[in-house]
Amino acid sequence: MTEPSPSDTILPLVFDRVGLRVGGVLLLDEISLCLQSGTRSVILGPNGSGKSLSLRLAHGLLKPTTGRIDWSHGDARERALRQAMVFETPVLLRRSARANVEYALALHGVPRADRRARAVDFLERTGLGPLAERRARVLSAGERQRLALARAWATDPEVLFLDEPTAALDPRATRAVEELILSISEAGTKIVMTTHDLLQARRIADEVLFFCEGRLLECSEAAQFFELPESDEARAFLRGDLSW
Amino acid sequence: MQDLAQAFATAFSMIGSLDPVLLEIVGLSLEVSLGALFFAAVVGLPFGGAVALFRFPGRRAVVVLMNALMGLPPVVVGLLVYLVLSRSGPLGGLGWLFTPTAMIVAQFVLITPIVAALTRQVMQDLWEEYELQLRSLGASPLRAIPTLLWDGRFQLMTSLLAGFGRAIAEVGAVIIVGGNIAHVTRVMTTAIALETSKGDLSLALALGIILLGLALAINAAASILADWGRGYDG
Amino acid sequence: MVAARWLATVVGCGVLGAALGAGAENRPVVLASTTSTENSGLYDAILPLFEKASGEKVRVVAVGTGQAIRIAEAGDADVLLVHDRASEERFVEQGYGVRRLDVMANDFVIVGPASDPAKIRGEKDAARALATIAATKAPFVSRGDDSGTHKAELRVWSQSGVDPAEASGRWYREVGNGMGATLNTAVAMGAYTLSDRGTWLSFRNRGDHVIVVEGEPRLMNPYSVIAVDSKRHPHVNAKGAQRLIEWLRSPEGQAAIGEFRLGGERLFIPNADGSIRPGT
Repeated sequence: MTEPSPSDTILPLVFDRVGLRVGGVLLLDEISLCLQSGTRSVILGPNGSGKSLSLRLAHGLLKPTTGRIDWSHGDARERALRQAMVFETPVLLRRSARANVEYALALHGVPRADRRARAVDFLERTGLGPLAERRARVLSAGERQRLALARAWATDPEVLFLDEPTAALDPRATRAVEELILSISEAGTKIVMTTHDLLQARRIADEVLFFCEGRLLECSEAAQFFELPESDEARAFLRGDLSW
Repeated sequence: MQDLAQAFATAFSMIGSLDPVLLEIVGLSLEVSLGALFFAAVVGLPFGGAVALFRFPGRRAVVVLMNALMGLPPVVVGLLVYLVLSRSGPLGGLGWLFTPTAMIVAQFVLITPIVAALTRQVMQDLWEEYELQLRSLGASPLRAIPTLLWDGRFQLMTSLLAGFGRAIAEVGAVIIVGGNIAHVTRVMTTAIALETSKGDLSLALALGIILLGLALAINAAASILADWGRGYDG
Repeated sequence: MVAARWLATVVGCGVLGAALGAGAENRPVVLASTTSTENSGLYDAILPLFEKASGEKVRVVAVGTGQAIRIAEAGDADVLLVHDRASEERFVEQGYGVRRLDVMANDFVIVGPASDPAKIRGEKDAARALATIAATKAPFVSRGDDSGTHKAELRVWSQSGVDPAEASGRWYREVGNGMGATLNTAVAMGAYTLSDRGTWLSFRNRGDHVIVVEGEPRLMNPYSVIAVDSKRHPHVNAKGAQRLIEWLRSPEGQAAIGEFRLGGERLFIPNADGSIRPGT
């Protein structure tokens, strides 16, 4: 996989005082952040703090009520093709695992002749090689999430968003998924992941964005956040007092 | 009750002996109703999907209309199609009246709203489940319609079966546009009407039993197919 | 792409359908007639003779009298064969038909339950029979559908001096239905009704009903055959219609009509010479 040249990368992604109000309720309040390439950004915080919403806003699935979201390059279509997202529970089509990956490749304009080989390649990278022809929906939860990762990875995204990707998985599957995330990161994709699992954040993050009650309270290098958090809420969270 | 017993006996003997007249009208019934179902699916599935996935002004009115049209009385449809296909009507030049083609057209008009309305409901539920993921993958609503139609194929089978059931069972539309002409446009339901009007109730009942058996067999086959498919595909 | 392929298929099917529907080179002759005539089995018996002799194909659309006339007026049929003199003459007068020609006749019968509540069995005067039914308020079922049979029934009522419409819904029940359905209703209700002999003879749900009045001149029922005028509807199969009408009125056709038996009984009297007229 080749890194995009500095002139046409879509990063950095900038949130400029982004707010989200739905049905009269203010869900996100003046979020400003900047996501650069090269680092693994983890959005951390208790449930209901606005992590998923921020991810969906970043990925373009939601529109902000106030503020702006700016990528550095490209029109809407190009930007969409350079990102991918993995949800907590993946939605897979009623087809084989391989066909699911090929579907994503087709949407990205990969020529038909190349799709099969590429799909099989990425299934193998995610350890699903022997399961390529299995119906996607009969796979185990961990296998399904790895399939979602294979599907996302195969489209060569610049940015991979992950929304609580292991929240529904057992420890073994969680570890497998985390290893894949690290591989994808090493291959050059920017990782933006939400989690409420502190230990997972410690394992994955280069950078932590701490959310609480719809506000971005802290944004700092991982080591610094875990050693010396600035806000009371962060300290409480790290102690385990704000888990819910 | 004696009629009923005799009817069962007649039904089985007709089936057993592969009565040629029976085979002819069963064959035509299937040809007409399956033909209508095919075109209803071609139109109704994408249309139902489009109404489900797109937001547009007047959408609610369209949905209400589709649901209401599910209750179109067959005899009214027959009358309207007759007026259109009559020589004195706008499409009379096609010469379709009193042929199986007119019957397919009439049943198509009758069942397309059913297929479309039920498809819309299924597709709306599917879109709720799939929307975020599909949009994330880069599929526009337009691109998503065929994807969801295929992925929802087992649920959609119900909408097709409902349409077929309505078609194979109706008599009002096909008798007006077809004319119940022997060997040409006589199907099971019009034959039943004819035998009833001749007072041959046990023959009419026998045909009715066969029609019911046919509908049962088709539904059973579809159900088995769906179960197998769901088990295989998850 | 996919969309273009689908469109081509649909259009292709439409064209194919049109081609199939329009029929083969030998266009059939569409005969609009009444259900009672068709149900008697007459057409099944005699039309194959015509088809073999002429090479033409006949398609019989059997509906109620009124509908048959409308179909012919719309040009959806080539020949009209019904039994309602007034409507037939109006059809020709208004330019839809070429000429009214006599072809055959049968007769009506009054049927009723074996218990014969009005005690009219064997009555030789149909009008008196109906008057008795009215007087005893015995149930009577009418076609009520403006058909030739219905109009004949109303003619006999008018000669009986009774207007049954006043009793509609009580002992006089108007069902608005074909002959077979009307007979089903009459048998189920234990009521009298007027029926053409052909439908009665082939009717399989008689219960204990029997013929109570028959054979008087008022109950005669002549049929006419009319070709739909090609000046009015240029597309009609005028040649085929002409051949059918000529055959029906030819010695062969008339013999076939007269030889037709239903339950061993002769049902239709050849009437090409028009000697049998509607009962006055």
